[in-house]
Amino acid sequence: MYWLFNSSIGRKLIMSISGIFLILFLLFHATMNLTLVFSTEAYDWICEMLGANWYAIAGTLVLAGGFVVHIAYATWLTLQNQKARGTAKYASANQTKTEWAAKNMYVLGLIIVLGLLIHLWNFWYNMQFKELLHLKGAVSAGSGLVIDLFSQPIYSLIYLLWLAAIWFHLTHGVWSAFQTLGWNGRTWYPRLKFISNVVATIIMVAFAVVPVFFTIKSLFN
Amino acid sequence: MEKIINITVKVWRQKGPKAKGGFESHKLNGISGDTSFLEMLDILNEQIVSEGKEPIAFDNDCREGICGMCSLYVNGHPHGPDNLITTCQLHMRHFKDGETITVEPWRSAAFPVIRDLMVDRQAFDKIIQAGGYTSVNTGGVPDANAIPISKIDADEAMDSASCIGCGACVATCKNGSAMLFVSAKVSQLALLPQGKIEAKARAKAMVAKMDELGFGNCTNTRACEMECPKGVSISNIARLNRQFLTAKFSD
Repeated sequence: MYWLFNSSIGRKLIMSISGIFLILFLLFHATMNLTLVFSTEAYDWICEMLGANWYAIAGTLVLAGGFVVHIAYATWLTLQNQKARGTAKYASANQTKTEWAAKNMYVLGLIIVLGLLIHLWNFWYNMQFKELLHLKGAVSAGSGLVIDLFSQPIYSLIYLLWLAAIWFHLTHGVWSAFQTLGWNGRTWYPRLKFISNVVATIIMVAFAVVPVFFTIKSLFN
Repeated sequence: MEKIINITVKVWRQKGPKAKGGFESHKLNGISGDTSFLEMLDILNEQIVSEGKEPIAFDNDCREGICGMCSLYVNGHPHGPDNLITTCQLHMRHFKDGETITVEPWRSAAFPVIRDLMVDRQAFDKIIQAGGYTSVNTGGVPDANAIPISKIDADEAMDSASCIGCGACVATCKNGSAMLFVSAKVSQLALLPQGKIEAKARAKAMVAKMDELGFGNCTNTRACEMECPKGVSISNIARLNRQFLTAKFSD
């Protein structure tokens, strides 16, 4: 299995598989969030279940592993690609009309990581982390944290910008993952492109509902 | 009505592979719109020679868009601003009067500059040598059409085979990746019964050589197929990925 790390297509396969894993996680996370709009009790029940239990911790570790692999390989591939491009730059730049997201996946990824750090600080640190280390102020019912955070419009704005970066990242990432797996061709390209846009939009809208809903709600209180 | 333009050509000059290069500007007057880009460079070279200076070195051969020898990165595009043509088929009518035209060599770590606008594209030959062929017994000549091939496969193989190996894909790719070239060369054989027999070994050997020669990793930006003078599609890249992965997993 050495070829997985040793060949360009092998490294791309790792990007593809880890990317698909993270997309599936996003779909799960977005679905979980939506329960808060309908019932605080249901949401808090999920939060409780995903606290410092052995299966939630195992899941968190696997998930963190997925992120680390995806980011580490993105960095490795980007460095290799910069080396392959060479030091001499074109004076007339590159005028090829490629999609903006396709050219800026790594930069979009960095924005997403930045958003992720804010997000972990806002929620995960106060919930699972504090509970694990038996720190003071561990919150097991997440609904309060969410409602407090999004009653500050600035946080809603930060989260919406973060979601926009994820949207751009996914519009290229979804079909690209299939292309790397070899599941593409003249017939499938337009289909996969459409599916990419749909998946990216579903994920963005589902995540955006909670901050928008609670910001508006706080304004009327 | 014939279009006559006066232009400034900003061209890359470099004495040798190790020498430090730089841009040089030349004014060129009275160029007809019917002049091809390479003819324009010929006229410019006559002018430079008459001034007693060294002419600009650039690659060219057939000048009818089939040999893949001409290169040139013109105003931000490999093979210039027109679509589906090589530099030799680019005509001066695509440029405005008074325009400054920037002409650069292909830029990529795997394509070092030899002189001026000429780059070393032997890396492509090495990839072909690694597996871009079929091993055949050279016995008696078989009958044509003795092996049935579907029209769909024949057409697809022919489209892949239209790649002339010019290197525009590498020149435009932000990753310096040669995946479009390699995938076209793998596909043109793998789609046909004669080439299927060695398909797995071929995909592995050619990808290994491509990686070894320092080409980058494909990130599916599609710049290559947009700039390809022959319109080779990235569906070839998907096919190469598929073949490489099945070959590796079946080992």
